[in-house]
Amino acid sequence: MNFPILSSLILLPLLGAIFIFFSKSKSNTYLTSKYLATFVSFVNFILSLYLWYLFDPSTAEFQFLEEQSWIKGFINYKVGIDGISVLFIILTAFITPLCVVSVNSNIKYRLKDFLVAILVMESLMIGVFCSLDLVIFYLFFEGGLIPMFLIIGIWGGERRVYSAFKFFLYTLLGSILMLVAIISIYWITGTTDITYLYSLGIDEKYQYLLWLAFFSSFAVKTPMWPVHTWLPDAHVEAPTAGSVLLAAILLKMAGYGFIRFSVGLFPIASEYFIPLIYILSLIAIVYTSLVALMQEDMKKLIAYSSVAHMGFVTLGIFTFTQQGLEGSIFQMISHGLVSAALFLSVGVIYERMHTRLIANYGGLVSVMPKYAIVLMVFTLGAVGLPGTSGFIGEFLILIGAFKKSFLVATIASIGVILSAAYMLWLYKRVVFGEIQKNEIKKLTDLNKSEIFILYSLVFLIVFFGFYPEPLLSTTQISVENLIEMYNINLNSNLIEK
Amino acid sequence: MINLNFIYSEIFICLAIMILLIIGVFKKNSAYLIYNLTILSLFVCLALILNFPIDANVELFNNSYKIDYLSSFMKILLILSGIFVLLSSSKYIQIVKINKIEYPILVLSSITGMMVMISSNDLILFYIGLELQSLALYVLASFNRDNILSSESGLKYFVLSALSSGLLLYGCSLIYGFSSSTNFDLIAENVNKDSYGLTFGIIFIITGLAFKISAVPFHMWAPDVYEGSPTSVTIFFAILPKIAALTVFIRILYVPFFNIIDQWQIIIIFLSIASMLFGSIAAIGQKNLKRLIAYSSIGHMGYALAGISTGTNQGIQSSITYISIYLFMNLAFFACLFMLRRDEKYFENIEDLSGLSKNHPILSFSFLIVLFSLAGIPPLVGFFAKFYIFTAVIEQSMYSLAIIGLLSTVIAAFYYLRIIKVIYFDAEKEKFERNHNIGLKISLTISTIFILFYFIYPSPLIEIIEKINII
Repeated sequence: MNFPILSSLILLPLLGAIFIFFSKSKSNTYLTSKYLATFVSFVNFILSLYLWYLFDPSTAEFQFLEEQSWIKGFINYKVGIDGISVLFIILTAFITPLCVVSVNSNIKYRLKDFLVAILVMESLMIGVFCSLDLVIFYLFFEGGLIPMFLIIGIWGGERRVYSAFKFFLYTLLGSILMLVAIISIYWITGTTDITYLYSLGIDEKYQYLLWLAFFSSFAVKTPMWPVHTWLPDAHVEAPTAGSVLLAAILLKMAGYGFIRFSVGLFPIASEYFIPLIYILSLIAIVYTSLVALMQEDMKKLIAYSSVAHMGFVTLGIFTFTQQGLEGSIFQMISHGLVSAALFLSVGVIYERMHTRLIANYGGLVSVMPKYAIVLMVFTLGAVGLPGTSGFIGEFLILIGAFKKSFLVATIASIGVILSAAYMLWLYKRVVFGEIQKNEIKKLTDLNKSEIFILYSLVFLIVFFGFYPEPLLSTTQISVENLIEMYNINLNSNLIEK
Repeated sequence: MINLNFIYSEIFICLAIMILLIIGVFKKNSAYLIYNLTILSLFVCLALILNFPIDANVELFNNSYKIDYLSSFMKILLILSGIFVLLSSSKYIQIVKINKIEYPILVLSSITGMMVMISSNDLILFYIGLELQSLALYVLASFNRDNILSSESGLKYFVLSALSSGLLLYGCSLIYGFSSSTNFDLIAENVNKDSYGLTFGIIFIITGLAFKISAVPFHMWAPDVYEGSPTSVTIFFAILPKIAALTVFIRILYVPFFNIIDQWQIIIIFLSIASMLFGSIAAIGQKNLKRLIAYSSIGHMGYALAGISTGTNQGIQSSITYISIYLFMNLAFFACLFMLRRDEKYFENIEDLSGLSKNHPILSFSFLIVLFSLAGIPPLVGFFAKFYIFTAVIEQSMYSLAIIGLLSTVIAAFYYLRIIKVIYFDAEKEKFERNHNIGLKISLTISTIFILFYFIYPSPLIEIIEKINII
């Protein structure tokens, strides 16, 4: 491979952002910058599809490796992908153009800056998923705080300042321990290169503390109970595109981090801390589902449902079974699509009614039939109905969980029922019922760009619900390899003892 | 015969001071001319330093004056920042009406004192350099003599600094008494672990130096002096004396007293932790940007001290990297401050920044970059500064220092974010003026570009600094 496709994926949105930033800001160029951003992000999406096409799923080796000396003799810029990361890159590249297209009248001022922030965000997120060096990973992981802070703070709702600060400080606090751990790993092993670290392994006595340090960062980002409280605030106050990026991709960075780092680097500690993860995940699934039932704000409800769904993801990862891990990855992709779709749908009606309170809606089905249909698909996707992508993920995770522990899987299954309860109830209150307000009668159905965005999501959710093979076959070998490596590490540790 | 050509730069700067004074006396209204000549002579001085091989290792004047890699590098850093400071403050001193001929000459003599400090290898010479720079700084702090705050800050700085100089001198005499020499190398030979007199001497010297870099608990003067002095002097205070004092810190601790590291290491660790925590907590309540940057610089000095406390070359290098990066961040921050001008008046409160981003997108973007960088958020340069420090600290397994330091960065992030919040999230106010002098624009552009794009190619700075080996 001569063409540095991964670096191009990272750099292209950044260059677009710089270009837009320095273009003259007259009012009539607003549209131009939007077209430009759309163009850049679509090219990036096509590039990512091309990457998938070139990707060889029959090997667990890292592919498209690029290595460049960065800080001499210390850290190398190293990127590469395997079956686990390629899907997240495509997801990121797919969601970003949707965000850009969805931006319209709801961003009233400084559209140009908003597009710059989103494109920078895309660069950083793709960087997270393909970096193969801990320091580079940290750089991308933390760098995302800056644009997200601005997106929430500048274009957010009423309590945007509080939410932006909470988001920033929570995630920063979680991450600093990870930085300490990364530097410690450098001094313990002499490298921060993940591929080397996989083969070297880390001494058992260090693993527990290092695992906890990484956990503190990922748990905040996932978010796991009890450090999830920043998420509902951030989601509610962020503008639609910001919520979509947060839910669809930012949360996945932590899940990805768990798979790549916690499991990959610290297998012994991961095994040791399984009960902790299970308990926290189960609390997240059941407790936040109950909390979601009580929400009056649509975005908040979806935010809590995200916490519950991410609970499934962490549960699935730490079953260390083929089904559990693949299910988790699938669930993350699926949740990326479904939550993005739900936030976009809320954005559609918020734009028309300027309220997110469920009580202000009702009877949308008679004025917005197309909207009612797509929202139904998304709701069912969130519930995990067979035939939607949500089902495959949850089903695989539960299979994996049943292999490990009957009790855990049973409790987790309650979460599935609860999710049906709050999602369907939400749907019923918003879409069905009598029209009680005059404003609702005046509502118009979806316009062209909304149709384009939402139908493409509907298509993917249903498509992967019926035919998950493309995703599963991409990840399969890498996951097998990960589990094999994990078991070898555990066994050798047992033999030593 | 002594090889005088190695100190051409110092000789030149002394001559420049005298000639500029004479020009100032005999030529009327020459303030502007002298200001520019000062900048020019700093450039010449820089060229003279660069003219000699940077890795030369020479000892002059009976081994009391040392030209080595550390001193050359720090001098280059010092003079570079001197140039930037003068370039960016030229318009300010005109508007505040402190553009007298003495101003640039005092700056030059202070820089001379710092150069002597940086190169000194002897307690007496070091003290002379320190006093030379301090005396010039007392006058500079109260230069705006009609302003009551400025006079107060000059007086306050003078009284407290005199006290700390006294302590420092007492420490020097103790060390001389117990090691029978004032030369660093000779002291190193005579250092004795069991001699408590020496330990006391070190403590007094550390006290004096900690005062100069405003480390907690010797930081009391910093907020008042920073706030009261004219901004053009504040930027000077925030950068140059710290470069000089940090070099002396490194040289004194690591040349004569490296063998008794167990005596002073814990003191430095304490200073470091106290500064980091205090700097970040006390800044939260501040309303004045200059006061806030005073507290923030207290915190930043804490990080630099954390590097020194490790007792390794790696630690020293990380400290020097930190101060070089810190310099650029402060330069950019003050350059932004100099741009807040409306109707011949400068604004320095946080609330004056309200809604700045709507009228001045580029300026606010620079502010944003600088503040995130000061907070240490990747991929900006401030992150790398902290990263190198904590790499060195963790190498020595000083985990608690690292974790406390990183926790205080989170606290510190809060008040930096607060400024960003005011700039970006709040309602807009009146516009500021846009016509700034070219020097200010240049220094802001250079420092912002450095902060923003350092991450693309971080190696050169590290490679230069890696050659500094003291131990």
